[in-house]
Amino acid sequence: MNVLMPQLGETVAEGTITRWFKAEGDKVAPGDNLFEIETDKTSMEVPSTTTGVISEIRTPVGAVVPVGAIVAVIAGDGAAAPSLAKASAATAAPAPSRPEGLDPFRAVRTPERNYGPARLPSGAVASPLARRLAVENGIDLTGVRASGAHGRILARDVENARTAAAPMPPAAVSADRVKALYEGRPYEEVPLDPMRRTIATRLVEAMQTVPHFHLGADVDFDRLEEIRAGANGGAFTDAEGKPSFRLTVNDFIVKALAVALQRVPDANAVWAGDRIIKFAASDIAVAVAVEGGLITPVVRSAETKSVIAISAELKNLAARDRDRTLDPRETQGGTTTVSNLGMYGVREFTAIINPPQSTILAVGAAGRRPVETPDGGLRFVSRATVTFTCDHRVVDGALGARLLAAFKHAIEHPIALML
Amino acid sequence: MAELTYREAVARGIAQEMARDPDVIFFGEDVAKAGGVFKATVGLYEQFGPKRVRDTPISEQAIMGAAMGAAMTGLKPIAEIMFSDFFAVCFDYIANEFPKGRYMSNGQTKCPLVVRTGNGAGSRFGAQHSQSVENWCMMVPGLKVVAPSTPRDVIGLMAAAVRDPDPVIFFEHKSLYAVKGEVPDGEIVDTLGSAKVVRPGTDATVLALALMVPRALAAAEKLAAAHGIQVEVVDVRSLVPLDMQTILGSVGRTHRLFTVEENPRLCGWGAEIVSIVADEAFYDLDGPPVRITTPHIPLPAADNLEDIALPTVERIAQTIRRALEA
Repeated sequence: MNVLMPQLGETVAEGTITRWFKAEGDKVAPGDNLFEIETDKTSMEVPSTTTGVISEIRTPVGAVVPVGAIVAVIAGDGAAAPSLAKASAATAAPAPSRPEGLDPFRAVRTPERNYGPARLPSGAVASPLARRLAVENGIDLTGVRASGAHGRILARDVENARTAAAPMPPAAVSADRVKALYEGRPYEEVPLDPMRRTIATRLVEAMQTVPHFHLGADVDFDRLEEIRAGANGGAFTDAEGKPSFRLTVNDFIVKALAVALQRVPDANAVWAGDRIIKFAASDIAVAVAVEGGLITPVVRSAETKSVIAISAELKNLAARDRDRTLDPRETQGGTTTVSNLGMYGVREFTAIINPPQSTILAVGAAGRRPVETPDGGLRFVSRATVTFTCDHRVVDGALGARLLAAFKHAIEHPIALML
Repeated sequence: MAELTYREAVARGIAQEMARDPDVIFFGEDVAKAGGVFKATVGLYEQFGPKRVRDTPISEQAIMGAAMGAAMTGLKPIAEIMFSDFFAVCFDYIANEFPKGRYMSNGQTKCPLVVRTGNGAGSRFGAQHSQSVENWCMMVPGLKVVAPSTPRDVIGLMAAAVRDPDPVIFFEHKSLYAVKGEVPDGEIVDTLGSAKVVRPGTDATVLALALMVPRALAAAEKLAAAHGIQVEVVDVRSLVPLDMQTILGSVGRTHRLFTVEENPRLCGWGAEIVSIVADEAFYDLDGPPVRITTPHIPLPAADNLEDIALPTVERIAQTIRRALEA
């Protein structure tokens, strides 16, 4: 049985094997950990699903392999199963290995995994073999040119795409040319880890393909701060005097954005190539800085959760990311994202959309700012500048403005978020 | 090495086993003194005598019943049913008695017999004497089913069938009796449940049985010469047991599957194989499997109609080419 690089999330295309728990020749049983992998999102241990002996390890520690690639081979119970590579070296044209004594009149073995739907979002149809080859080679079928009848993508099309595909990330820059510019200056070279490479690829893709525009507004936080202070002051404490929660401004922002999307449901949508997909629930991704990059854990259906629940969930997600027990699925699929740099004193900024999402909210620092009162006087309010970035394919100017107004209203009337 | 016709190979195959094992006996309608209506058993009566080679009354049920009784009491009978269409009048033995006795008696009785029969179309015999009924037998648990396409395979598979401890239905194709082929000297023993790649190729796997094997081969040569298409032709030979290892191996190399079946379309053997391939090798397929069969009709007796009803070399080649180019 071939051990494949598992799919650890829809957008994860490859991973690095960071550790092997077993060596060639070791016996394994279902549930025994085989290896540990690290992707741009997380790291996790991969257990065996079968009983046998590891006849071959194909991917050494440190190697980057695409999802679906064969990383090891587990032979059946027999101890002396030769490795596939050695067997194929001996015979010129090996047939796909089939177990002896196959009896189709008793049972058939269906494939152990699926390779995606025949019909792609673009409407093109891919043959089963084309789909398998695409997954095994880490090729996105949406970009493959079809040569079969009725626009069918065949194996040869995937093969063409594989040989034509440029390796990631877009390498318009050459390290040698860059280093030449700084010749004689001391420097340190930092190789790209999977997370950095994913950030590079996806944000270049977003900036090059998404028609961005920005909508900013000042939002008053006085009432929200009052409620937050009251809530934190009134939190129950445990035996050691530790409060049961401590709400941050960001927790309220997540809730307010979730409520705003419910008020403006047309903006709770993502871009899907040939269509827009609208969602009922407000799934809010929150950009969290971590060592070496950032992750975006998602608070699902945030409109239905209390601020205290949202706060606890975000703390839990962050803690599990530090422990490396975060499932990559928990960091994808949001309908929008919040990026808050207020704690660093940033006054205002614009964020880059995280495709396929169509909006992202950038929140600056709240500070005391003077405003004119209705009678011509002056008073100081706690105010922050927030900026929505919108994908014009999904969210037009007026729709984005309505979302911004709904968000501003929610923050400035926070009691509505509580009740 | 000698050149033999398919019908001569039948007699040689039976003779090989009768000479080897005195328990092997042979009987059927007009098979002894007349040498069979298709002249496939000429000389056996003279060689082995009236005790071991017998003519029977015209009663298929009696022939089958006698064969089963002989098998249960220690002999290894080979019985002939002249036309496979007549299985319908003795099907109780074929479907209920031969294949079930060993199971129902917990091994106390055995049924080591071979039923030879003339199968298939092409000889203007009409709707009741031309059918390909191998699928009637393929669907019965407990039967083994073979259908050779060459003189050499007739001898080898006959030996394997006689030596098998269970009932084997041996389909000879009436339109192949006159076909010649090279046969090595000496004893030939083949194995049940083994398909044969008879022409290697890279672009598609073409499965065929009996009369359809030479037609598939001719179509393959045509496709190679005219269009540069290289198909791999596999002679399935044995439907039960079925050599899926060879078939899946071939599909794994070519990624396309065609079946050429003489049986009417519904429930033909190719349907079963396509279903197994869909289960086991779906992600090896680069296009839909295609079955080339006789339409689901009673076969006409008129020569021009019978000729176009069966898959022809031309139809096989055209269907494969269209499917590969589409």
